[in-house]
Amino acid sequence: MLRLPGASPRTPGHLISAADLSRDDAVLILDTAEEMARVADRPIKKLPTLRGRTVVNLFFEDSTRTRISFEAAAKRLSADVINFSAKGSSVSKGESLKDTALTLEAMGADAVVIRHPASGAPYRLATSGWIDGAVVNAGDGTHEHPTQALLDAFTLRRRLVGADQGTGRGLDGRRVTIVGDVLHSRVARSNILLLHTLGARVTVVAPPTLVPIGVERWPCEVSYDLDRVLPTSDAVMMLRVQRERMNAAFFPTEREYSRRYGLDGDRMSRMPGDSVVMHPGPMNRGMEITAEVADSDRCTAVEQVANGVSIRMAVLYLLLGGNEPAVTHSRP
Amino acid sequence: MVPVDTDTTDSSADSSGAARPVLEAPDIARVLTRIAHEIVERAKGADDVVLLGIPTRGVYLARRLADKLAEITGRSIPVGSLDITMYRDDLRLRPARALARTDIPADGVDGRLVVLVDDVLFSGRTIRAALDALGDIGRPRAVQLAVLVDRGHRELPIRADYVGKNIPTSLRETVKVQLAEEDGRDTVLLGLQRPVTSGEQ
Amino acid sequence: MSKILIRGARVLGGEPQDVLIDGGTVAATGAGLDAGDAAVVAAEGQVLLPGLVDLHTHLREPGREDSETVLTGTRAAALGGFTAVHAMANTFPVADTAGVVEQVWRLGREHGYCDVQPVGAVTVGLEGKHLAELGAMHDSAAQVRVFSDDGKCVDDAVIMRRALEYVKAFDGVIAQHAQEPRLTEGAQMNEGVVSAELGLGGWPAVAEESIIARDVLLAAHVGSRVHICHLSTAGSVELVRWAKSKGWNVTAEVTPHHLLLTDELVRSYDPVYKVNPPLRTEADVQALRAALADGTIDCVATDHAPHPHEDKDCEWAAAAMGMVGLETALSVVQETMVETGLLDWAGVADRMSFRPARIGRLTGHGRPVSVGEPANLTLVDPAYRGPVDPTGFASRSRNTPYQGRELPGRVTHTFLRGRATVVDGNLA
Repeated sequence: MLRLPGASPRTPGHLISAADLSRDDAVLILDTAEEMARVADRPIKKLPTLRGRTVVNLFFEDSTRTRISFEAAAKRLSADVINFSAKGSSVSKGESLKDTALTLEAMGADAVVIRHPASGAPYRLATSGWIDGAVVNAGDGTHEHPTQALLDAFTLRRRLVGADQGTGRGLDGRRVTIVGDVLHSRVARSNILLLHTLGARVTVVAPPTLVPIGVERWPCEVSYDLDRVLPTSDAVMMLRVQRERMNAAFFPTEREYSRRYGLDGDRMSRMPGDSVVMHPGPMNRGMEITAEVADSDRCTAVEQVANGVSIRMAVLYLLLGGNEPAVTHSRP
Repeated sequence: MVPVDTDTTDSSADSSGAARPVLEAPDIARVLTRIAHEIVERAKGADDVVLLGIPTRGVYLARRLADKLAEITGRSIPVGSLDITMYRDDLRLRPARALARTDIPADGVDGRLVVLVDDVLFSGRTIRAALDALGDIGRPRAVQLAVLVDRGHRELPIRADYVGKNIPTSLRETVKVQLAEEDGRDTVLLGLQRPVTSGEQ
Repeated sequence: MSKILIRGARVLGGEPQDVLIDGGTVAATGAGLDAGDAAVVAAEGQVLLPGLVDLHTHLREPGREDSETVLTGTRAAALGGFTAVHAMANTFPVADTAGVVEQVWRLGREHGYCDVQPVGAVTVGLEGKHLAELGAMHDSAAQVRVFSDDGKCVDDAVIMRRALEYVKAFDGVIAQHAQEPRLTEGAQMNEGVVSAELGLGGWPAVAEESIIARDVLLAAHVGSRVHICHLSTAGSVELVRWAKSKGWNVTAEVTPHHLLLTDELVRSYDPVYKVNPPLRTEADVQALRAALADGTIDCVATDHAPHPHEDKDCEWAAAAMGMVGLETALSVVQETMVETGLLDWAGVADRMSFRPARIGRLTGHGRPVSVGEPANLTLVDPAYRGPVDPTGFASRSRNTPYQGRELPGRVTHTFLRGRATVVDGNLA
């Protein structure tokens, strides 16, 4: 799959960045996930497709949610799953990424699902020559989290277009607003790129301190005013805001943040009737989202978790389900 | 070379120029009608039949058969599709393929007579995969197989219960089924696989 | 000492002439000199420069001999055409006492490939809190005149002011590594379009520029000399230009890599491009070239920063910052300044020898190629073009960003006080 637009080298056979995906690739993944989702409704939720393949979940950062989602996906496809939790001071240094990779290679990993606190670590793993297997980025630093963006797009397509009607289609013309700590958010980066690829119009809303320098080149609009954007949003994606950011002066207080950028029932009522509220989890109730919104029918947080398994099955299938990946790149 | 299942959109036949029709639209309509009658007869009224087409063309054939069965029996017959891609035994021989829709009728397959429908029966590997896929979906009373063309060369102990036409072929030949829903016309073409080594003219 | 006749070299890029070296000095220049008993170096088509002087080299000894030693570093320097290098103070122990600087200076003398002029730390342990014994280092055998906490910024304004004032007593200079520490916490690369996409912590230009602005004002206020290390942004150039226009005693250096490479390369996440200050944008590169051409930036300094392989063969965030540069500096300058028409060879001699020697107050280096001057000379074949092959480096480290890149120019001979340290591109 490709990397970022522009001068980026390609990384075929891996999923590193949402920007790697052409529209056709992205739609293929969503369509495949739609079929995978149907498997979840069957009495036997398992497919023999990846029998004999080994998928390693290599997590240098705690993320039980993402890890079990990938684990469930791989197991439903009958792959063997090895969980390698590499968090801890002794193995969090660079050298150990290489040594760990060499170990996994020796064990015959067909795919490595990697979560790493350093931006670019999955890209290094995919391009360093340390391993031959497919690399799937399960979140790297403040860079990207492409499977999260795919599951978000999948959730949006099901909600806004329809599970059956959506097949083969993108999100053309849908208006998606992403609110919160864009600066530190890999979820936001991947979502902006993928939603744009799928034809959606993206607006990010954040205090100016949490918008990166250089955002003007991103395929989205930027606003500092949530109330102005809400009435025209088909979907609002609330990002998790870490309370520690307050100590680094990104915003004065939690109270001020939630007053200006949090989503409460009153604000939600000003959104269009069929619009949805998304959250990648885990939610900070009372910070970026109130309990009233989180528990409402419009909030897709729980669906997103279920859809995560289908998307990850689709990605693993498309990368490992043949002698070469189905998605290998088409962007010129 | 590995024999190619002709249920894929294999284009090797059309370009050879040697492809000739062995079944035309009226023949196809006629054999489907006959198969429908055979199903009714063998299934004693076909009241528990569920038709499952194997994508892509098997699905259209299943729908046509369902229409004919409805005409004969006066009841609507449940029809669906069964994608076998993820059960194939040759996944690692080719790039990962896009999946087709699996659509099981609402009442399921448990205790039913499932008739699998495909366009061409060749090695039997597709049907083996279909049986595995079916096993993960439910437990039919029995499973039967209807195909438009049986071209021989089985590699597994599998046979069809209903055959539109037996066409003895050599492994160098290709059988290509075209259906109006997908290809704009109904026909079955017999062609020669283009030799790999002999150069272009 | 034996005599050497350099035949037909273009001195500073001028008309071909012969240069006779005898007894460590230039004995004669002119056309058709009689070789006599001198060894002849056929130098037709080559350019003869004064031995290059580097104001900014990390030799790593003592403490990190796994990445470089005075011996390997000075060999690399000689191969790069240098006859004098300033060894930065961030060793282990830090070069903040007369003992350490004398040791480094002496090692350079003993090995004999290139003079090593130690840089003394400004503050004890580079910690920015207490002034190191600047006077003692100056008074030592090493005669330190350049002081720097390089790698760390002297960010405390009062300490910086005192240091600037204090070195006036012995004509020293403070070489500032301009990096506002708070603005660069967690910084990984130039802050801009690329850092936003890659999700790497941004290193804003203003973190460099704000310190430069403060320090030129301080230098003016106390009437001292300040030298700005590795200038990397267009804004820094403007500040230095402004300070010079005021007549203040400000000098600045630029590294070869900042003249050639941009932050677009970081898209590869290959830590070979991780360096402090970070690679900037194309606009910055162009501003730096223009400033070096017009003299706003006084000199090229390599910031040769060797690191062992494992410190670069890892993910970006875990990697060490720095690039080796001694053996490629002249080629990069030829590529970026000479072949673009921005500098002629006399200009290269000025920016890579005369001016850095003057800033460091070196007396035996950066002298004209004329009779009676010390025979510190570099002969370069400007017609050569070839890919950079780090396996041939004399440096103990291989962290070059130019591996496989085709660059022009090749140092064929280097002479240190009349003795060849490099012959035909190989160590003598």
